[in-house]
Amino acid sequence: MTTVALPRRRASGAALPSAAPGVAITYLSVIVLLPLAALLWQSQKGGADAFWQAVSSPDAAAALELTLGAALLVALNNAVFGTLIAWMIVRDSFPGKGIVNSLIDLPFALPTVVAGLTLLTLYGPYSPIGLNITYTRTAVVLALLFETLPFVIRSVQPVLLELDREMEEAAASLGARGHVVFRRIVLPNLLPAILSGMALAFARAVGEYGSVVMLSGNVPFSTEVASVHIYSQIQSDYVTGATAMSIVLLAISLAVLLSISALHRRSSKHVH
Amino acid sequence: MNRVQVRIAAAGAVVLSLAALAVGCGGGSTADAESQGKIDLVAYSTPETSYAKLIPAFNQTSAGKGVTFTQSYGASGDQSRAVAAGQAADVVHFALEPDIARLVDAKLVSPNWDQNQYNGIVANTEVVFVVRKGNPKHITSWDDLVKPGVEVITPNPFTSGGARWNIMAAYGAELKEGKTPAQAQRYLSDLFHNVPVQDDKASAALQTFTGGKGDVLLAYEQDALLAQESGADIQLVYPPQTIEIQTPIATTTKASSSAKAFVKWLYTDQAQTILAETGYRPVVSSDESAFARAFPDAGNPTLFTIDDVDPGGWDDVMTTFFDPENSIMQKIEGSIGVSTSS
Repeated sequence: MTTVALPRRRASGAALPSAAPGVAITYLSVIVLLPLAALLWQSQKGGADAFWQAVSSPDAAAALELTLGAALLVALNNAVFGTLIAWMIVRDSFPGKGIVNSLIDLPFALPTVVAGLTLLTLYGPYSPIGLNITYTRTAVVLALLFETLPFVIRSVQPVLLELDREMEEAAASLGARGHVVFRRIVLPNLLPAILSGMALAFARAVGEYGSVVMLSGNVPFSTEVASVHIYSQIQSDYVTGATAMSIVLLAISLAVLLSISALHRRSSKHVH
Repeated sequence: MNRVQVRIAAAGAVVLSLAALAVGCGGGSTADAESQGKIDLVAYSTPETSYAKLIPAFNQTSAGKGVTFTQSYGASGDQSRAVAAGQAADVVHFALEPDIARLVDAKLVSPNWDQNQYNGIVANTEVVFVVRKGNPKHITSWDDLVKPGVEVITPNPFTSGGARWNIMAAYGAELKEGKTPAQAQRYLSDLFHNVPVQDDKASAALQTFTGGKGDVLLAYEQDALLAQESGADIQLVYPPQTIEIQTPIATTTKASSSAKAFVKWLYTDQAQTILAETGYRPVVSSDESAFARAFPDAGNPTLFTIDDVDPGGWDDVMTTFFDPENSIMQKIEGSIGVSTSS
């Protein structure tokens, strides 16, 4: 899960077979690079004007704004609660801890439409708990929170496990209070992991379709997210618009992932 | 394993996975070589219940003996796009004509596909109002839908073929009531200001409505009847005027003779009766009574067709109403945001 946190140098020790780079590059090309290149090629077919028009039309802009805003909110929220949950799992002991630990990855396994349906039943007009928030922007955020839950937890957890407790004990023995220890010792160590978890959650939220399409109501300018907007363009045989919009989403996600990675590099230089 | 072995194994794995990919991609084309006696049916989602009864009945006939089917159902536009992109298909049955036109453009269906007695239409249904049991908001006419406080559920016209029928029903009904095109467009705008949820497809809209959202759902009669039969707490209201939904069927250019025989058989009284029993209005006139037998309470509103609304048919309508960049519905969807954006 800590894909963003690249080691600076190749680790010494066991060497990979010499065919490995070729295998990796072939695999990556077929699985990722080729489809992305095809998307890019498709998006520029209409020319720069058509591209710009597709992503700057008022409805496209509204959908992008909602999507990016919701994704950012979700990433920030995950940073706080994801770290909290990771902390609880690593540092606390409580009955059923193993079960909680396994539950966290379930949103990944659940088909997104099922997630949407479940949330719809729970928070819809016939809500058994009397809470009807579906078909609003709140519902969009709620669906995204569900889908992105594991990212921060799973990137923080291993770092927290390996964190040297002696550092904290030393700080405490020198008179630092609990919150100071957390802020000055623990948090700086966790930050790269939190940030990379956030970046993954953000990227995932930007592209989410299945659960959001059921919960949001899909009203243009109000609750229509970018992925639903893209789907409507495909359904209208407006492929240029759909691909242009996708490229913008990908570019933003890539920029976020790259800047997190750069931040991480800088901070790891700082520590060592 | 020593290093050489590892290298050979790794290279082997790459070759194998590439070969698997190649086989996966080419799978579609090897299938149709031996398609005599096998029919690939690609259809939109609602006739699935009908075909579940039609196919066994066809297999009982002399033409259908031993014929096997692969069946694929989904949103009409998605299915049409899949076939255009290479999904194997002998028979295609869609919710609206532009989805066949796409295959004509792709040279997969003959331009003469609709040159038969029934203009290529195999079954009809119509746009109806679905309300909550007892009709608490007293919805009886198109005018009732634009009253303040009435929530109308209809899918998004840019993602759903069903939604396009709903809009042409509303627009056409206004014209039939003597309104001008400008007034009818104004009506559509008012209507969409009462739509709080625009699902991506008709089945999702039905789910939203049965899930408790909205006062009226615009739906296909056939869908609504099936939902009612399966126990949903809903009631059908027939507006005074509505559009006849004509669902087109065609064989592809590479269709087998058994596929052509199957489509021909669908126009027999036997097949049309099965279609009627599963909620469709038959296109073969001798069998209209079958529908009346199956649904004695079904209303009979004044029907008009897409060609009555616009003599240019779907070709024209798709451009003037549903072009994603500049069209009547695109402007209306844009105006919704101005007043209700939260």
